[in-house]
Amino acid sequence: MGEVILTMKGIDKSFPGVHALDHVDLEVRKGEVHALMGENGAGKSTLMKVLTGIYTKDSGTITYEGREVEFHNPREAQEAGIVIVHQELNMMNHLTVAQNIFIGREFMKGKLIDDARMNEEARKLFDQLGIDINPAEKMGNLTVGKQQMCEIAKAISHEAKVIIFDEPSAALTEAEIEELFKIIRDLRAKQLGIVYISHRMDEIKVITDRVTVMRDGGYVGTLITEQCTKDDIINMMVGRVIYEDPKTHSMVAPDAPVVLKVEHLNAGKMVRDVSFELRKGEILGFSGLMGAGRTETARALFGADPKESGDIYINGTRVDIRSPEDAVRNGIGYLSEDRKRYGIVVGKTVAENSTMASLKDFLSGLFINKKKENEVTQKYVDRLQTKTPGIDQLVVNLSGGNQQKVVIAKWLVKNCDILIFDEPTRGIDVGAKSEIYHLMNELAAEGKSIIMISSEMTEILRMSDRIVVMCEGRKTAEIDIAEATQENIMHAATLR
Amino acid sequence: MQTTSKKGNAFTNNPIVRAIGLQRIVVVLAVILEAVLFSILSPAFRQYATVVSILDYSYYISFMAIGVTFCLISGGNDLSVGTGMICYALAGGYLVQQCGWPVWAGMLVTIAIGLCFGVLNGAMVAIMNLPPFIATLCTMLITRGLGSIITGGMAVSWPSRKGVGGWFRSLFKIIGTGNGLPKGTIIPVGFAIVLLSIVIMSVVLNKSKVGRYIIAIGSNKEAARLSGVNVVKYQMMAYIISGFFAGLAGIAYAATFSSSVAPGTGAGLELDAIGGAIIGGTSMTGGSGSIIGTLLGVFVMSLLKTGLPYVGLQANWQQIITGIVLIVAIYIDVLKNKRTA
Ligand SMILES: Nc1ncnc2c1ncn2[C@@H]1O[C@H](COP(=O)(O)OP(=O)(O)OP(=O)(O)O)[C@@H](O)[C@H]1O
Ligand SMILES: [Mg+2]
Repeated sequence: MGEVILTMKGIDKSFPGVHALDHVDLEVRKGEVHALMGENGAGKSTLMKVLTGIYTKDSGTITYEGREVEFHNPREAQEAGIVIVHQELNMMNHLTVAQNIFIGREFMKGKLIDDARMNEEARKLFDQLGIDINPAEKMGNLTVGKQQMCEIAKAISHEAKVIIFDEPSAALTEAEIEELFKIIRDLRAKQLGIVYISHRMDEIKVITDRVTVMRDGGYVGTLITEQCTKDDIINMMVGRVIYEDPKTHSMVAPDAPVVLKVEHLNAGKMVRDVSFELRKGEILGFSGLMGAGRTETARALFGADPKESGDIYINGTRVDIRSPEDAVRNGIGYLSEDRKRYGIVVGKTVAENSTMASLKDFLSGLFINKKKENEVTQKYVDRLQTKTPGIDQLVVNLSGGNQQKVVIAKWLVKNCDILIFDEPTRGIDVGAKSEIYHLMNELAAEGKSIIMISSEMTEILRMSDRIVVMCEGRKTAEIDIAEATQENIMHAATLR
Repeated sequence: MQTTSKKGNAFTNNPIVRAIGLQRIVVVLAVILEAVLFSILSPAFRQYATVVSILDYSYYISFMAIGVTFCLISGGNDLSVGTGMICYALAGGYLVQQCGWPVWAGMLVTIAIGLCFGVLNGAMVAIMNLPPFIATLCTMLITRGLGSIITGGMAVSWPSRKGVGGWFRSLFKIIGTGNGLPKGTIIPVGFAIVLLSIVIMSVVLNKSKVGRYIIAIGSNKEAARLSGVNVVKYQMMAYIISGFFAGLAGIAYAATFSSSVAPGTGAGLELDAIGGAIIGGTSMTGGSGSIIGTLLGVFVMSLLKTGLPYVGLQANWQQIITGIVLIVAIYIDVLKNKRTA
């Protein structure tokens, strides 16, 4: 670790109804990876947006390279050498990879843009980073993980002195995360200051030098990663102790009836002849690498994508699910992995989103019974401990993790018997994560059946009663939790 | 799921097909099909005069459509080009006819007013954040009323071919007078101006910062903003370009539609332009489109307009058929978006 390059002191920022940052401090040194941690809504993203000129601070000082600075827009920050990889992807799908990377600072030949040169520079950049992406490909044709790598390459190409990664790993595969860490280590060796935001404890221990923890918009403290344990960090984050209790045996009664039976489901390349059963009160984990076809299976089952063939039985009777509407009528709820696109309407309030799937139950005559809507919404806000200034807050203003809780509330309000949780804790902090786990266990105990798709091995092993492993569109294994190990799951996930 | 480019059959994967673009090939085929169909059905259609009238009709639509294409790509729209074009031509023509201004000055004024309304539209959309559809619908009303007010409700005649300043008509169409060129020979030189505009604006769209940022804004405005693009400025540019070309369209309209420019007309013409752009493959949802495609789309539209009367389908039928063609074009756009989503 070298000298201090960036100091934020006493940063304060309020939004209407939310005191998002309350005198927060942060110090970044050259050649360090500095983790910024905190529960959902703690204010991590907001602090970084203040730094990069997207929001203006109410008070506090930012000292950068020995001078006090204030950036008014992201461009000024960029020019000074501070760049950010945002939590949400910010890509222009209609432009090519190279055009995206160099947007705002194109190479010119006279008055014209020199696309050939940009492709060349992008290729050099990728070679240097060891990424294999064609710079002339349209961004919209890449997988989410690849898009994220482009976003990272774009940040690095700025000749930055400080780079902020806001949950970069959420959409990456294990292999891609390895690549990312290699890149980050290189950057550290080049004496850059790096801020790394993530909810994954393991990553923090592996890649970071120091940790700053925030809680409820306030500064809690800064630790040296090597000298602290996971539990130290968690305690600082949540102010209480969380126990982890992995499952050792199935909690499902041996005579529990089969509520859902899927036979020989085919839908496109990604779902080939998939069959499985789900029992009452069971949590069925779906494991596999990214692109294994788990989400596609869930979407086909839910009627969101067309099926080619296959039968679905609910409580023993064959049902015909052609649309999400059919699925919901049959008591199936689906929590999408991509909540921005399918899960919530960001321009609507918490209350409106919570009751969206079950509006019928909230009608008095022709009109929506606001009182009932508010009561029920409040109940689930309390139960899930969603952090929101009120149920009338627009969902767009909630932090990522709290948006996820609103989606969960939506299906709980609907009272579905079969719930499909697709990456339920992606981008969710440890505290909220254990709340969601607790909640899923509770739901299962109440007799609801859950399909949980997850790319996190620890999550699969902790939550599932039984595990279905998929690889390239096919089911490659079905393992009871008592026999499941990291090794046999990984083996099945990479069979082809 | 994401790698849509790998989909398709041998034909769509053919390198030549991919380079030109399937949509453009289909549109070219549509133009040829229309021409062949009308020629078979109507002997009267098979004449040079018909070609000339198709071209006459295509000039002002092409100009409007070039401008509108930029607005569509930016994720917006410009409904004011039709009535706007008439308004600007009325104002310019009024100065020439009533105030004795030289024709070139009238032409400059026509374009200048177009630019002003472009700035107005741009400001409403980019700075005031009004929805483009509504904002330009309002300027559509304003320009329609303004045109009448300027001329006191009277039609305006730009100079005739033989009158003082009639030279400007030869910018679009040269008619032989017997000396040098045989009497009555028609050379549609306006097409050269259209082609030149197409080439220049294609370069602007694909190779200049203005075009690149307009595409970026139409694709993902927030991402463009976070990348340091001045989104207000470049979103405005799309409307200013559209205003400029609406002015140019006004001149083309006055020059090729021989008689006079009447106030109160022009409403509905914007649909020909927008329709042309969409048939040519420009996306209604922003982010993609091409100027050459737009030109081809305009020809689909102007062939329809000119050809249908020859086969005995008059105005009412024309509107119905145009409506159907547009539905098909927009549906194709919707399907395309679904595939890449
Ligand atoms: N534009 C805004 N308007 C109103 N409130 C906002 C806005 N942006 C953020 N907030 C609020 O500020 C708080 C901090 O949000 P922030 O996004 O910084 O959290 P975070 O620590 O990044 O959480 P996560 O881990 O879920 O991403 C939240 O309560 C959020 O609702
Ligand atoms: Mg965040």
